[in-house]
Amino acid sequence: MAVVRSAVIGLGLTLAMPAIQVAAQKPFITVASTTSTEQSGLFRHLLPAFEKKTGIQIRVVALGTGQALDMGRRGDADVVFVHDKAAEEKFVAEGHGLARKEVMYNDFVLIGPKLDPAKIAGGKDIVAALKVIRTARAPFVSRGDRSGTHAAELRLWQLTGVDIASSKGAWYRETGSGMGAALNTASSMNAYLLSDRGTWLSFRNRGELAILVQGDKRLFNQYGVILVNPARHPHVKKNLGQAFIDWLISAEGQDTIAEFKINGEQLFFPNAAAR
Amino acid sequence: MTDLIRAFAEAFDLISRLDAKLIEIVALSLAVSLTAVAIATILGLPLGALFAVGRFRGRQMVIVLLNALMGLPPVVVGLLVYLLLSRAGPLGALGILFTPTAMIIAQAILITPIIAALSRQTIEDAWHEYEEQLRSLGAQRLTASVTLLWDTRFSLVTIILAGFGRAAAEVGAVIIVGGNIDGVTRVMTTAIALETSKGDLPLALGLGIILVGLVVALNAGASVIKEAALRRYG
Repeated sequence: MAVVRSAVIGLGLTLAMPAIQVAAQKPFITVASTTSTEQSGLFRHLLPAFEKKTGIQIRVVALGTGQALDMGRRGDADVVFVHDKAAEEKFVAEGHGLARKEVMYNDFVLIGPKLDPAKIAGGKDIVAALKVIRTARAPFVSRGDRSGTHAAELRLWQLTGVDIASSKGAWYRETGSGMGAALNTASSMNAYLLSDRGTWLSFRNRGELAILVQGDKRLFNQYGVILVNPARHPHVKKNLGQAFIDWLISAEGQDTIAEFKINGEQLFFPNAAAR
Repeated sequence: MTDLIRAFAEAFDLISRLDAKLIEIVALSLAVSLTAVAIATILGLPLGALFAVGRFRGRQMVIVLLNALMGLPPVVVGLLVYLLLSRAGPLGALGILFTPTAMIIAQAILITPIIAALSRQTIEDAWHEYEEQLRSLGAQRLTASVTLLWDTRFSLVTIILAGFGRAAAEVGAVIIVGGNIDGVTRVMTTAIALETSKGDLPLALGLGIILVGLVVALNAGASVIKEAALRRYG
């Protein structure tokens, strides 16, 4: 017993120490971001370039936009990098963050089963498509997690004139999960859903799903970056965080974003104002 | 079926080429969970012995509570530790949220009740058996509990392994307090959750197979040590 116990303790400590020490050596910032930037693989492409140049490690916690902003409000992140303009502007207006900078965009796409029971494939008008889904009561999966994509979906429902909160039925399923998990759900029940293009392109478990509606201007998806207000949270690494933001919107950072492709298809389009 | 075959192929592939990323994740998983188990053992066994041998007012209540705490949902523990360690929380100044330390704390909280409750039962059973004998030898409660801990040591190993299994398998707590940060706080279970989200189900399951294999290997190791110790000290 004692032999086992001390072996376990010894092994645990020897393994834990280097892991904890290595993590403490490099200067780093914590970035609260979205599942779409993480799961699409953008960060794995983008961050090494920044780290190599500056020696600053970026620690990304990937959540929905709503949760990521909450993390910034609590002071648990130095920078937030998200995609819900209205919520971001509110975040800044309430004094939780400094200036919001636009970084890049991509677009949302309406995904659905290839059999397409609601017959909306090939259309460009997202609002019309949603109306048809609603009328047909075709299964629709909603993120339901206050993420940027969820906010965009709710805005689109609003444009259809349907009050989705009161007309929810068995056809409208809120999963309260990230983009990938929602795609897994839609894939297994052959439902429609709104996804950002990046996550869709890198998603592997597509099953019978395909893009049915795309190209509507209202499907525009803007990403912004904000430094958490150091006046509210004195521990915020202002200089390191600002260095990351400045790099993202610099010509070099913007080019690195544009270079990220999956199967030759560009996922994010840089559009920082400074460019 | 093809997905299952691909999962085993993925697992085999990852192991056979000693994928550097995989080794890093496995090492962190083991470091976090073994440290948490060590802490939970140091706290849990004396607690178990205390509640087994001690007689005090409200003891039955404490035992019921302790047994109930074995069912603590990891996500609740994660949330609790998150709120404690968040910059806006009481321990925010420590700045240890999203570090392996935070994950160790959460897992230790999760499994201390398991080790304490199960060892309490084991030691109490032994106490009923040997109480008269120990008393006739003039043993105080403290001496008695040390004797009983030593006496039941082989059963306690199984209890500690149960604690380790729970720690290594949970995802709810570590994903909240660790944040699943690549290269910093990503462990087996959070990596599996991430690959599932990406829709790469074979890779996710492949990682799962490796995790189960690791737990089996650790249990086998403990069993070998136990057998050897049994032969030597009987």
